[in-house]
Amino acid sequence: MKVRLSRVAFARSGDKGDTANVGVIALSPAAYEHLVREVTPARVKEHFAGVCRGDVERFELPNLYALNFLLHESLGGGGTVSLMLDAQGKTFGAGILSMAVEVPEAVVEACDRVSSGIEPGRPLAEE
Amino acid sequence: MSDPRTVRVASGQGFWGDWQEAPKLQVRSGDIDYLMLDYLAEITMSILQKQRVKDPAAGYARDFVPLILDLAPDLVSGGVRVVTNAGGVNPAACRDALVRGLAGVETSRPLRIAIVTGDDLMARLDELLGAGHSLRNMETGAPLEEIRDRVYSANAYIGMAPILEALKQEADVVVTGRSTDTALTYGPLAHEFGWAEDDWDRLAAGVVAGHINECGAQAAGGNTLFDWESVDLAIPGYPIIEAAADGSFVVTKHPSLGGRVTWATVTEQLVYEMGDPADYITPDCVADFGTVAVRDEGGDRVRISGVRGGPRTDLLKVSIAYHAGFKATGGLTYAGPDAVAKARRADSILRARLDRAGLRFDEIRTEYVGAGACLGLEPGPGAGELPEVGLRIGVRAAERAPVEAFTREIAPLILAGPPTVTGFAGGRPRVQDVMAYWPALIDRSAVETELRVEVTDA
Repeated sequence: MKVRLSRVAFARSGDKGDTANVGVIALSPAAYEHLVREVTPARVKEHFAGVCRGDVERFELPNLYALNFLLHESLGGGGTVSLMLDAQGKTFGAGILSMAVEVPEAVVEACDRVSSGIEPGRPLAEE
Repeated sequence: MSDPRTVRVASGQGFWGDWQEAPKLQVRSGDIDYLMLDYLAEITMSILQKQRVKDPAAGYARDFVPLILDLAPDLVSGGVRVVTNAGGVNPAACRDALVRGLAGVETSRPLRIAIVTGDDLMARLDELLGAGHSLRNMETGAPLEEIRDRVYSANAYIGMAPILEALKQEADVVVTGRSTDTALTYGPLAHEFGWAEDDWDRLAAGVVAGHINECGAQAAGGNTLFDWESVDLAIPGYPIIEAAADGSFVVTKHPSLGGRVTWATVTEQLVYEMGDPADYITPDCVADFGTVAVRDEGGDRVRISGVRGGPRTDLLKVSIAYHAGFKATGGLTYAGPDAVAKARRADSILRARLDRAGLRFDEIRTEYVGAGACLGLEPGPGAGELPEVGLRIGVRAAERAPVEAFTREIAPLILAGPPTVTGFAGGRPRVQDVMAYWPALIDRSAVETELRVEVTDA
């Protein structure tokens, strides 16, 4: 089913010079493989067309069930050079979560149970 | 025989301007061994350098001194040691202010203060260039000569060696300049557990711990997007790293304080400001964040294990800030109906006046706050219904004069512009210096021979 990325993931973003980083974290391990397929650098570049002037790089972190994106030339020059309201890309993490992604219904429902606190998002530590 | 101890390194400050109560709560709400305080961001060094140019006794994070004066009796009685980069571009002045202040504070024994110097390359720039260190911009490849006369600050990111030396000399408070943020956490761990300087896996584990600690509350529920509404951040506990000799550690917080430590809060911080996760370069090792295993044990305890690392490189990163012109940002608020249309009209009027005055800028940027500005979006179809919108205009130029002239053109829009305008109470926008960032690399030997540790009892 087509859902917003916020149904199956959460995120945090930050800056390094003129590059923004956007880390996208799957709400459940099962959701991760769908993020890998759906949230491609090309789609991220398109999603951030308003700010991203450079390339988008993607790194996979299967250990964290997370993807890390580097959005180059996206902060108006970065640092104090930038005239942008969000010169440090602090809001990009929330911003990416409005992207539409195709994820099986059962995976979405499992993620909903994590969001509402019914299920843990990661396997619990063994005793 | 293996070392059964755990060492607790608490985070108390994630940037200069962070919550001043946090470090006090970290010391007074439970047992910790070390308090790490990170004050420096890329831009902070140039601000501190600017202060030092005006006043030779300035150039460090001033908040740090009253904090230590307040905490001194607790540090002595609790055996808590402080490691911080609050020294900025002037660790000696920071030490002097501490010594003066501590003279008026009653403690059962003197506090031993160590400062670390030698990371500041500003006075050595020409010597270094002359010796063949080109300090090219590591992103563009351009030689430093292009901006040499506009350089404001130049500091090498240094590693744990001087921190280890200071702790070996039994310092209670270690004040560095541009120590790498993570070293403020892994330095104490390497000292306590005697990690070898080529024990890459353990050092990498310490780097991951440092990455979690260096942004204050961000690892403990601050800024956490996952389930954010249910986190109590009124009086948050900042993160505490509880490390074992093998490098594994638990991220936790004092139980009596707010905040939250879960797999989600820690994972969010792990990906924050991340580049290539397999290649997280520090002065002391290269950590692979692709090896980090996260286990939520419940009760605000998250266990990190399995971290692998590789050898350190022969180079240190140098953070150079240079003057790159002037800028100003101003704004007004337009109320609906047709808030966006009114703000757009004000923008075109302003631009016409700037044109007529013959002012030239490197960039003019207009944003409509409330209509998608954070993501650089043009106001969409729904924006016509907004009850109000913030018009935000910024300009940047090499010369001060056109920027100064721009700051005088906002207020006239109040009467000689579109209707239903408000939000102009702040007066004229301020002209700001633009400090640009020039990242470079240097042979570590060119810096490390100059590093010094000085110890004073106060």
